[in-house]
Amino acid sequence: MTLWLLLAFMTAMAVAAILWPLARRPKPVAAGNDVAVYRDQLEEIERDRANGAIGAPEAEAARIEVSRRLLAAADATAAESAAAQPAGYRRLAGILALILVPVGASALYLQLGSPELPGQPLSDRLARVHAGVPMQGNPQGNPQGQSLEALIARVEAYLEKNPDDGRGWEVIAPVYMRSGNYEAAAKARGHALRLLGSTAEREADFGETVVAAANGVVTAEAHAAFDRAIKLDAKNVSARFYLGLAAEQDGRKADAVAAWTALLADATPEAGWTEFVRRSIARAEGRPEGEVAKSEPQRSTTADVAKALGMAPEAPAAAAPAPQAKAGEDDMIRGMVSRLADRLKQDGSDVDGWIRLVRSYVVLGDADKARAAITDARTALGKDSEKLRRLDDGVKELGLEG
Amino acid sequence: MIAELGHYALVLALALALVQSVVPLVGTRTRDPVLMQVASPTALVQFVFVALSFAALTACYVTSDFSILNVAENSHSQQPLIFKLTSVWGNHEGSMLLWVLILAFFGALVAAFGNNIPAALKASVLAVQSWIAVTFYLFILLTSNPFARLPNPPFEGRDLNPILQDLGLAIHPPLLYLGYVGFSISFSFAVAALIEGRIDAAWARWVRPWTLAAWMFLTLGIAMGSYWAYYELGWGGWWFWDPVENASLMPWLAGTALLHSALVMEKREALKVWTILLAILAFSLSLIGTFLVRSGVLTSVHTFATDPTRGVFILAILIAFIGGSLAIFAWRASSLKQGGLFAPVSREGALVLNNLLLTTACATVFVGTLYPLALEALTGAKISVGAPFFNMTFGPLFLPILLAMPFGPMLAWKRGDLLGVAQRLVWAYAAGAVVAAAVYAYTWGGPVIAPFAIGLSAYVIVGALVDIAERIGLMRLPLAVVARRAAGLPRASWGTAIAHLGVGLTMLGVVCEMNWGAERIGMVKPGAVLSLRGYDLTFDGTSMREGPNYRELIGHFTVRRDGNVITVMEPTKRNFAAREMGTTEAALYSRGASQLYVSLGDPSPDGAIAVRIYHKPLVLLIWIGALVMTFGGGLSLSDRRLRVGAPKPAKAKSKTALQPAE
Repeated sequence: MTLWLLLAFMTAMAVAAILWPLARRPKPVAAGNDVAVYRDQLEEIERDRANGAIGAPEAEAARIEVSRRLLAAADATAAESAAAQPAGYRRLAGILALILVPVGASALYLQLGSPELPGQPLSDRLARVHAGVPMQGNPQGNPQGQSLEALIARVEAYLEKNPDDGRGWEVIAPVYMRSGNYEAAAKARGHALRLLGSTAEREADFGETVVAAANGVVTAEAHAAFDRAIKLDAKNVSARFYLGLAAEQDGRKADAVAAWTALLADATPEAGWTEFVRRSIARAEGRPEGEVAKSEPQRSTTADVAKALGMAPEAPAAAAPAPQAKAGEDDMIRGMVSRLADRLKQDGSDVDGWIRLVRSYVVLGDADKARAAITDARTALGKDSEKLRRLDDGVKELGLEG
Repeated sequence: MIAELGHYALVLALALALVQSVVPLVGTRTRDPVLMQVASPTALVQFVFVALSFAALTACYVTSDFSILNVAENSHSQQPLIFKLTSVWGNHEGSMLLWVLILAFFGALVAAFGNNIPAALKASVLAVQSWIAVTFYLFILLTSNPFARLPNPPFEGRDLNPILQDLGLAIHPPLLYLGYVGFSISFSFAVAALIEGRIDAAWARWVRPWTLAAWMFLTLGIAMGSYWAYYELGWGGWWFWDPVENASLMPWLAGTALLHSALVMEKREALKVWTILLAILAFSLSLIGTFLVRSGVLTSVHTFATDPTRGVFILAILIAFIGGSLAIFAWRASSLKQGGLFAPVSREGALVLNNLLLTTACATVFVGTLYPLALEALTGAKISVGAPFFNMTFGPLFLPILLAMPFGPMLAWKRGDLLGVAQRLVWAYAAGAVVAAAVYAYTWGGPVIAPFAIGLSAYVIVGALVDIAERIGLMRLPLAVVARRAAGLPRASWGTAIAHLGVGLTMLGVVCEMNWGAERIGMVKPGAVLSLRGYDLTFDGTSMREGPNYRELIGHFTVRRDGNVITVMEPTKRNFAAREMGTTEAALYSRGASQLYVSLGDPSPDGAIAVRIYHKPLVLLIWIGALVMTFGGGLSLSDRRLRVGAPKPAKAKSKTALQPAE
């Protein structure tokens, strides 16, 4: 409403700008402009002559030229003052102002403008995020530039308003997990479990977060969750692994080894976690852990968040992200990796960055690049032995040749 | 809502401009003063609306309202405020809005302060100004609307092109536009005079200050652009004969010519037709300058074809204004009264020579810039016309300009005494010869042309000083008299001399930089030392720093001379995440007018980094000269006789009585 009032006011102002001079009596025509200029020119010639900027005979000739123009100008001014002024055009101009300006301007504006769209300055949008109002924007569009905090804030705000959306809790949980906020992750998993019902997966996921929140100790609460998971699905890998861990932590190393060996026996060849389990077995048996790869592929946190956002605020009921979104996500991860690589190319002193880069290549399944990155890192770190040692440790952890 | 208000304000400005482009002209036809006086209020309110529109867009940028497409595409919420502001015109749509803002501003100035212009002339001028405005409003609204909205705005914007995130480039376009658009006033006056079929005596008095103001802004704008290219592009070059640069140089050359011919016109009412033609040309070249940069023609004729609406619209505007005004010129020019007579050797004659040379120089730049484009459009062949062409053509044309420059202001009007002036300039030749000989001896075996050019610069500089010395009677008269004459000398005379001196300074800088610049390029590892012209630069390593919306790699260099540390230089390379683009920021160290210039290249895997180091003797004079030229223009503009549209007789008389000499 305010918008339309303001637009109307502006239109009135425009119309007034035309009508006002039309209604005013004309000022007497400012006469004698030319005459004044010529007089000044005559004076100037005199000055020029006095200081030699013009010769005496030339000054005389110039004076005659100017005087002739002066006389003509004076005549013209006298002739101009009398002229008929028909009123027809004025009326036409008035009508033009009254009708054409408002009608034409609004017609063009309605064609081009979008009066129905509200403005969305950043401060408003942030305020809305905190108030938990879903965005008008497309949450999946271009998540690249969005900061992790802003994205988490958006999901949190949404969940605050819709605390009964189990899927919402389910998608934010891994985000918390990645960002190290294990307690929040455990709570989110708990909500998801409560709201969506018990399945082996959910019980195991819940248990895992509880373990993480307890600094890696399999607590009684976690144990119970894993037990329930096993009851629902005897083959649940995560639950079986953690129950083995629980046995190890209880000092029953043999039970742990037995549980994990059984787990390995059931593993399909392509399972990514076998090396990790093998290493755990070695640890439990007191052997060196050897060259084993880390089990879980590290997914990028932003990618998780992007996935989370894809579902949470806009379409909580949607089952899974669309395939093209998945592809976009992959591209995004690759983009992030290449940006990291670029940055390291410029500043090679960031050893954690190098380890992250190598790990990213491992996750993406690009062993050659991973090895190349290790070589680059060695070159870039140069003589910094402390950093080189950390690099070696990190690389060893990834199971690559140091 | 703010964006919609701005959008509507622009539409209303268009409606007002339409009325303003017709009604006052009808008034001049029917001699109805009421219709004529419609022009001023509409021009003023039009400006208010455009200003509102611009303010609305600016507000959207400042608040990062990404529901406006233009804001989302060219800004980022984490930009510092200053670059949020400059983002407004750092893109096509916004810069066109700035263009019309300045156009409306100049129109409003004429409306508000043009009380001394005859009513009919003022009405016609504002109407013509409005034609330009109408076309540009339509262009903006129909093909480049900055207020296009996004129903689903992205959470973050795409950021301004990093290369534009620099203070130098931020103020460069507004200055350039003030110059370009300033010529629109001269153009409007010229076309109005042609429509009226007569030129009032007030004409030149009005045209010259506008031209002067536009010329000053253009000079500053070009200098700023050149300095920006110098420190931002990382190659140490300050002029590339790049089409974008040429596009701004052409109106400057035409404008400089116009400035001088308007002088003749104001004083002697000669060269009327020529001045009108120049006014038309200066603005036409400004239009070409605006659009060459904007249309995509420059990158390739083919990109022009990819966006046909905009391209065709631009072409139509160029044809309508340039073709139309030249047609009116051909049709009406013969009806203009001829002015005063003068002999070939006279101040007028010197100014004609200046005009001939400047317009020829302008024509060479025009050919060099547009011929490759025309050739590509017609035959598809891609050729590039670079520095060698311009050095071969432009240089020789400027030689006579520089030679004749000290003569012009010293010649008398109507009929001058060439021999007398030549004698009075003896100090200037002497200075030129001595300097040239000294430089030649000092750089024995070096290029011969350089000492000559230095001598020429010295001659121009001393020539400008001799002009002033002659006018105030230095060395001839007692000091008290000299002081009095100096105080009484019209500011326009000071302005002329100072502007000419500025040309000499710029020339000096150009010659020194081109002939005696030194450079070193090398890969350095921390601890390495590079030496150039007695400066020893130790590379202390690199570090990273987080900027508001970029990360930068900083190279640390300690500069020593004879073992003493004189400064620390820190060139950087910035990386802007949102656009995945980088910029180089050279480090500059000035000693006098000379500069040491360090720019970072790419780091190599083995920890070394490429570094370019330049020593640029007297390079700052290039831009100092431009500043001096602008200052001279400003002095001339502040001259009492130009400030008023036409003199107020009583007051003017009493003041002239006190004025001893010119």
